[in-house]
Amino acid sequence: MADFKEISPNAPLAEKALNWVDNRFPLSKLYKEHLSEYYAPKNFNFLYFFGVLSMLVLVIQILTGIFLTMHYKPDAALAFASVEYIMRDVPWGWLIRYMHSTGASAFFVVVYMHMFRGLIYGSYRKPRELVWLFGCAIFLALMGEAFMGYLLPWGQMSYWGAQVIVNLFSAIPFIGPDLALLIRGDYVVGDATLNRFFAFHVIAVPLVLLGLVVAHIIALHEVGSNNPDGIEIKAHKDANGKPLDGIPFHPYYTVHDIMGVMGFLLVFTAIIFFAPEFGGYFLEYNNFIPADPLKTPLHIAPVWYFTPYYSMLRAITNEMMYALIVCVIAAAYLGATRAAISSILKAAIIGGALLLMGLMLAIDAKFWGVVVMGGSVIILFFLPWLDHCEVKSIRFKPTWHTYLYAVFVINFFVLGYLGIKPPSQINERISQVGTLFYFGFFLLMPWWSRLGETKPVPDRVNFVAH
Amino acid sequence: MSETTVDNGKRTWLIATGCAGAVGGAAVAVPFISTFSPSERAKAAGAAVEVDISAIKPGEKLTVEWRGKPVWVVRRTPEQLEALKKVEVQLADPESKRNPNELTPAYARNQGRSIKPEFFVGVGICSHLGCSPSDKFQMGPQASLPDDWQGGFFCPCHGSTFDMAGRVYKNKPAPDNLEVPPHMYLSDSRLLIGEDKKA
Repeated sequence: MADFKEISPNAPLAEKALNWVDNRFPLSKLYKEHLSEYYAPKNFNFLYFFGVLSMLVLVIQILTGIFLTMHYKPDAALAFASVEYIMRDVPWGWLIRYMHSTGASAFFVVVYMHMFRGLIYGSYRKPRELVWLFGCAIFLALMGEAFMGYLLPWGQMSYWGAQVIVNLFSAIPFIGPDLALLIRGDYVVGDATLNRFFAFHVIAVPLVLLGLVVAHIIALHEVGSNNPDGIEIKAHKDANGKPLDGIPFHPYYTVHDIMGVMGFLLVFTAIIFFAPEFGGYFLEYNNFIPADPLKTPLHIAPVWYFTPYYSMLRAITNEMMYALIVCVIAAAYLGATRAAISSILKAAIIGGALLLMGLMLAIDAKFWGVVVMGGSVIILFFLPWLDHCEVKSIRFKPTWHTYLYAVFVINFFVLGYLGIKPPSQINERISQVGTLFYFGFFLLMPWWSRLGETKPVPDRVNFVAH
Repeated sequence: MSETTVDNGKRTWLIATGCAGAVGGAAVAVPFISTFSPSERAKAAGAAVEVDISAIKPGEKLTVEWRGKPVWVVRRTPEQLEALKKVEVQLADPESKRNPNELTPAYARNQGRSIKPEFFVGVGICSHLGCSPSDKFQMGPQASLPDDWQGGFFCPCHGSTFDMAGRVYKNKPAPDNLEVPPHMYLSDSRLLIGEDKKA
C-alpha cells in the first residue's frame, strides 16, 4: 500500500486529478508497469505482431458478437432464418456478421502464428512455463468457443459437426453416453443444445477467455518477453537497472504494432469484402442449407482450423491400434532397459504398459481416436518439460532441428489438408503416418532435443538498427 | 509465525467450518448441473410412429423421423438379399452379437436383421459419431468404396461402410452395426416404429 501523496495546490488540474486517482487506484503504476516501463527486447521480428493481433481479433469478435446477439434468435425453429435476416434485412448486418465469421478464422490464423513463434524461439522455456500454460488454456477455450459458435447458424454443417463432436464424448467408457446426453440436453442435437451452446458462446467461455488473457499477460509481464535469440535481456542492465537490450513497450512497440495492425486489417477487410466465404473454408457451403436431422451432407468436414486434429481422429482405426500397441511396447522396452531410473519405476513402466495394452485391446478404437484427438492438443501443455535442448531459440539449435521443425509444420498442414478431404484408403494411411509423427515429435522430444551440437549463444541480442 | 501463537482450538473450527462450507458449495452445484439433463418435455417426446410401407418399391428407401432420428425402411431386392451372404466374411459382426440388447432386438438377430427379409428397418445413425450414412445401393466400383462393393451405406463423415442390413464392415471407425429400433407390423402395409410389445 502506497503512502498518501500530497501535491502542490498550484499544480495543473490534470495533474491534480491524476494524483487524486493514483491515491485511490494504481493508475500510473499500472501504466508504467505494463506500457511505458515494460521493457521488451529490441530485436522483435515480424512474428511478434501476432500477440497484439490476437488481442485485436478478440476485441473485434466481442464487439461484433454483441451486435449480432441483438438480432440473432437461439431457437432451433428461428435460428437459421434469423441469421439470414441479419444478412439481408438488418442494415449493415451482413458486414457485422462477415466480420464475426471472418474474425473466427482470423483468430486461428493469428493464434497459430503466435504459437508457432513461441515454439521455434523457445518462449515456453523456464521461466515462461506459466505464460505458455495460460496460452494453451486460451487455445483450448478458443476451440470450445469456435465449436459452440459454429452451431448457432443452425445450418447442415453446424448441426452435423456438433452431432459428431458431442458424440465423441459418448465414446468414453461407462460415463460417455450419459455425458453426451448431459451436453446435448436431449437425445439428439436439438433446441436445448442450441440454446445452451448460445449461452456458453456469448457469455461463459468469453468470460473465461478474458480471464485467461489477463493471466497470460500478467505472467508475461512478470517474467518479461522472450525474443528471437532466446536470450534473457535482464542479464545486462544499465546503471538505472533497465535492460540494455530492452525498449519501453510504449511508445516503441505500440507504434511499431500499428504497422502490423494495418497490414492485418488490409488482409482482413479484403477478405470480408471480396471473399467472405473464402472458397468454402471460412463459411462452408453446406451451412447455407438449414439443419436437417434426417440427412447428413454427402461430404462433411470441420472448419479448416480443426482439420489437423480431425485427421488424427480419423486415423485411429482398428489396424492403427496395432501400430499404437507396437509403439507402447517399444516405449516400455526402452523405458525398462535404457532409462536411468530405479527398478521400482521400471516395474511401474512395464505394469503401466501392460495395463494400457489391455485397455487398448478391450476398448473400441473409436474411444482411442477421441483420446488421440484430445491428446494432440493437451500434449502442447507439456512442451516446457519436453524440450531439453541447451538453448532456447531455433537460431542456436543444431541445424537439423530446423529441418525437423519444418517437417513438423508441413506435417501439420498435410494433416489439415487431409481433414477436409473425403475419407479414402491412401489418405487414411498418410494421416496415420502423420499422426505418429505428430506425437513422436513431442513424445521423443526429451531425447532428440538433446542431440546434436548447439551453436554458440551470443551475450547480447542480434540487432541491426534501421 | 511461531508455533506457540497457533490457537489449535480456533484452527480446528476454521477447518470444520471450511469443510462444511465446501460441502454446501458443492451441493449447490447439483441443481445447476441437473439443468443440463433432458427436460421432462424432451423425455416425453418419444412416441411410436406409424408408417405406410405399401408405396416403397424394391430397392427404395423411406426415411421417417422417430425421436428426432432418421429411421430407414428399405425394401431390398433379391440381388441385395443375395449380397448379404457374400459380404459376410468382410463384416465386423455379421451375426449381431455385439451389444445385442441395445442394437438388435431378438426378432432381428438374423442375416437380414429384420422381421421380414425384404424390409430392413434401421436407425440411420452411424455407430461411430452419429452421422447419417448415405445410400450406396448401386453395386460395383465407385468413389470412396471398394471395387467389389455389394451395395449398402457409406458414412460421409469418417468412411464407415455398412451392408444392406446395416452391418458394419471390418476395419472401419464405426464399431457397431446400425441400430434396429423396436418395430412391429400392424398389417402387411402398416409398420409401427418404436414399439414391439405385441409382436
